[in-house]
Amino acid sequence: MAPPKPVRKARAALVVLFLLLLGMGGGLAYGVQQSQAQWAPLLALDLEGGTQMVLSPQVESGEQIDDDQLNQAVEIIRQRVDGTGVAEAEIAVQGAENVVVGMPGVPDEQTRELIQASAAMEFRPVLEVRRDPAIAQEAELRAIAENPDLSDEDRAAIEEQIEALYEDEEYEEGETALPEDFPEPEGEPEHNSDLNWITPELAADFHNYECRPDISIEDRQAQDPEQPLITCNPESGEVYLLGPVDVDGDYIDDASWGTETGPTGNPTGNYETVIHFDSTGTELFREASTRLYSYEQGSPQNRFAIVLDGHVIVAPNMLSPITDGNARVTGGYTDDEARNLAEQLRYGSLPISFQIESEQQISATLGADQLRMGLLAGIIGLILTAGYAIYQYRALALAVTIPSLVVVALITWWAISLLGWSDGYRLSLAGIAGLILSIGLTADSFVVYFERVKDELREGRSLAGAVESGWARARRTILASKAVNVLAAVVLYMVAVGNVRGFAFTLGLTALIDVILVFLFTHPLMQLLARRRFFASGKRFSGLSAKELGVDVLYKGAGRFARANVVYGANTAQKIDELEVEPDSAATHRKAELPDIPEEEWARMTIAERRKARQQAERAETDESMRNPSLAASSSETTEEGER
Amino acid sequence: MAAGFAKAGNQLYTGERAYPFVQRSNLWFLLAAVLVAVSIAVPFLRGGFNFGIEFTGGSEFTISQTQNTDISIGEEAVQEVSGQEATVTNIAEGTIRVQTEQLDDQETLEVGQALQEGYGVGADQVSSTFIGPVWGEHITQQMLIGLVVFLVLVTLYMAFYFRTWKMSAAAIAGLGFVVVVTQGIYSATNFEVTPSAIIGFLTILSYALYDTMVVFDKIRENLAPLQEQKDQTFTERVNLAINQTLVRSVNTSVVGILPVGSILFIGAFLLGAGTLRDIALALFTGIIVGTLATIFVQAPLYARIRRGDAEIRAHTEEVLALRAERLEQAGIVRITASGTPLDAQGQPVAFPPLPEPEEDELQEQDVEILDWDAVLAGDTPESPGEEQR
Repeated sequence: MAPPKPVRKARAALVVLFLLLLGMGGGLAYGVQQSQAQWAPLLALDLEGGTQMVLSPQVESGEQIDDDQLNQAVEIIRQRVDGTGVAEAEIAVQGAENVVVGMPGVPDEQTRELIQASAAMEFRPVLEVRRDPAIAQEAELRAIAENPDLSDEDRAAIEEQIEALYEDEEYEEGETALPEDFPEPEGEPEHNSDLNWITPELAADFHNYECRPDISIEDRQAQDPEQPLITCNPESGEVYLLGPVDVDGDYIDDASWGTETGPTGNPTGNYETVIHFDSTGTELFREASTRLYSYEQGSPQNRFAIVLDGHVIVAPNMLSPITDGNARVTGGYTDDEARNLAEQLRYGSLPISFQIESEQQISATLGADQLRMGLLAGIIGLILTAGYAIYQYRALALAVTIPSLVVVALITWWAISLLGWSDGYRLSLAGIAGLILSIGLTADSFVVYFERVKDELREGRSLAGAVESGWARARRTILASKAVNVLAAVVLYMVAVGNVRGFAFTLGLTALIDVILVFLFTHPLMQLLARRRFFASGKRFSGLSAKELGVDVLYKGAGRFARANVVYGANTAQKIDELEVEPDSAATHRKAELPDIPEEEWARMTIAERRKARQQAERAETDESMRNPSLAASSSETTEEGER
Repeated sequence: MAAGFAKAGNQLYTGERAYPFVQRSNLWFLLAAVLVAVSIAVPFLRGGFNFGIEFTGGSEFTISQTQNTDISIGEEAVQEVSGQEATVTNIAEGTIRVQTEQLDDQETLEVGQALQEGYGVGADQVSSTFIGPVWGEHITQQMLIGLVVFLVLVTLYMAFYFRTWKMSAAAIAGLGFVVVVTQGIYSATNFEVTPSAIIGFLTILSYALYDTMVVFDKIRENLAPLQEQKDQTFTERVNLAINQTLVRSVNTSVVGILPVGSILFIGAFLLGAGTLRDIALALFTGIIVGTLATIFVQAPLYARIRRGDAEIRAHTEEVLALRAERLEQAGIVRITASGTPLDAQGQPVAFPPLPEPEEDELQEQDVEILDWDAVLAGDTPESPGEEQR
């Protein structure tokens, strides 16, 4: 006869897990074979050491660099390094004007270029803008809500613009936009705002562009000031198609910020940033602003974009031609925002590139001591945890908890090694501590599960039934609570930088592995063990014995249902699954009394449920016997009705 | 012993043994308020936190061309002069880097002198400079943004999952307690706040919420059939849930603390300062505070917020009114804090049947019982009403 359903499911789950392990191990073995990967996880700067580079800033004109500008430069380097992966780099200002960058391993040529390259600032005219539909809708609502006294004409213009945004989105909904979807330009572009810059290829690229916070070195090098550029503002999610450079950041003389004054000369309560151009910049910007001003207010071509290090930081409308070289950027800024923009502009006026002054291999900053002791602590911790689990759960710990911990250790190790290969993930000491804590979180899944199974046993279910119904409840709790950890990990990973990112990665990884383990290993293992005589009959050291759980104590008062009738031996459990009548007197007696409930279901019912079923049958019997002499048939019918 | 533990677990499960977590909530809240007040006062009294060199920047010494690359020499030299713990790294062959908190000119000269003597090198082989913070303002700012986004999302998630914003509110308020008390302990022990400690701190936020989630899920389960029964009040059901998950709470925190405790022990006593000790202390404190907060703050707080609801109050009044007449005839001496009736011998007994058995109620529960297969398949959003004795 075929094995019962839970056993088949359990075996299938174990096979899936085995294939997963085989896949991971095989993948890693292949990587090692190709000498692209290694079995041991990559270690971070603090544990393995790496390269320390001292960079000195280079300015073409020989001007002085102030602290704010240097800090901007450090932030830009940090953003670039973080964009390359999850390896944790240490970046700091050293002395008056040097920057120290510590990185694990030996940086390749690309990383070196990324660190050294200056971040240029450019002013480019906007040709087209595209937004997410959600953001566009928000803008639409905001425009209507905040301007109640808008003239009809303006409102129509805004609505038209929003409609245009939605039309653009339609290209996105299809797989990818192709150059054939777009018309050829009508002629050669005559000036930087001319829409004839947009070739079909460019239009297609624009619609397929995905906004990312990091830009690869190839993309960076491909940015030509004489050519249009597709980029975005990672903070607002707007994607821009920009014309060639109108004014270079070099022509900014200075930038300042202060309170904004309204048309009447009264302060508005907001802050503004003022760009001061030098003489060449004033000339160029006058030309550009006059051209932009000739376009309709609110249209994309009326806007210019300030691009820093390849990303748009702000793209304001041109409200009037700027002839005196002092451009005021307003827009309801807070003082922090206005100051930040001014700092970025001042940085842009003086693009700093870096020269690598010295480069040395450094040893682990924490020393071998810390790693050795950390591992020792981990091993001691594991032994203590295993000891406690055995003390609490007896044979159940030996059969389920400890193998589960071994499997989780194996999956985590391989996952970290594989991620080191694919994404350059490196394990820092903080990461190791996170992993050690995850022992606790993983073990908690078992604790929740085992306690639920025990609860079900106390309710009087058989072990096989208790495992199934306990799992149904534990599964919900486990998924709901692990979701909190995954949420924390995803949010911190998306938002945070530096060390925090690596931590978030470890947290999310272990939570996912934990869920995989419980579903594919621990629960299937329990399903199979529940059919073994040792556990099912509740032997003394099984961790599930009747005496320890106090089932008899519990139901002494209730009387009728002794535990012997409730928890089945291994043979019985099997027979339940085969739907055979057990030759036990209590069970046969039960069958005669309530013939409508199949044995399998009965095993899963709690004592209270069974009692209720019996009471109902009795009540139905007495009711029926008053009216109808054919007792057996109708009583069973009533029971069924009462239950469905 | 284990048998005793399991027996206690069993009694907690049935409600025969019940700790009045919800009933005594005034006491717990008072204690919590005192702890919070102390935790807020301590940093002011001590004059703020002891931020590590990663946040503040500091002084850096480089010793070149030395034969002796023993790290402990550098640590001792700094310890003697300024009483600080220094980060000493052998950065290259024959080169040692020593980083300390910012020193004044006099101390800088003294440390330089001590390093010269310790490593046996000349004055020209020890250079000193200022080093800026590795963990800049930008990192802190991004982390805080991330934290706020996470808290907003988790609040929405819990409100959606439990179908009530009141659980979210209680969980987040309790989280505030965990954060404040943990930072208070940090401040009180004058521990150095390092990036590792911050990471440990983030870990415990996630752990504390996780722990709350598990207990709240049991509360949700116990409350699902609340209105269908007239035996136990809302408060008793919540208290029963906390008691039923008590064994889990203890087991989980012990399992979590054992490895962390061994790091803390080894880190603090064998190694002295360092990442290990910082992280382990944050986690050690956080696990204990987080577990206690769930039991004593978050769950009782939820009961308090919810207790005033009109339907809950009506149900409680009805149960208590029924109870007065029902118990006398059944010989029930008292009812525990978890709502389990005990007879004169202290043995749990069943509630006597209601004066007028309600057929509707019986049928409703039966339908749910027969839905077991659907529940096992995981299709139904709610677990069936659990039969509580």
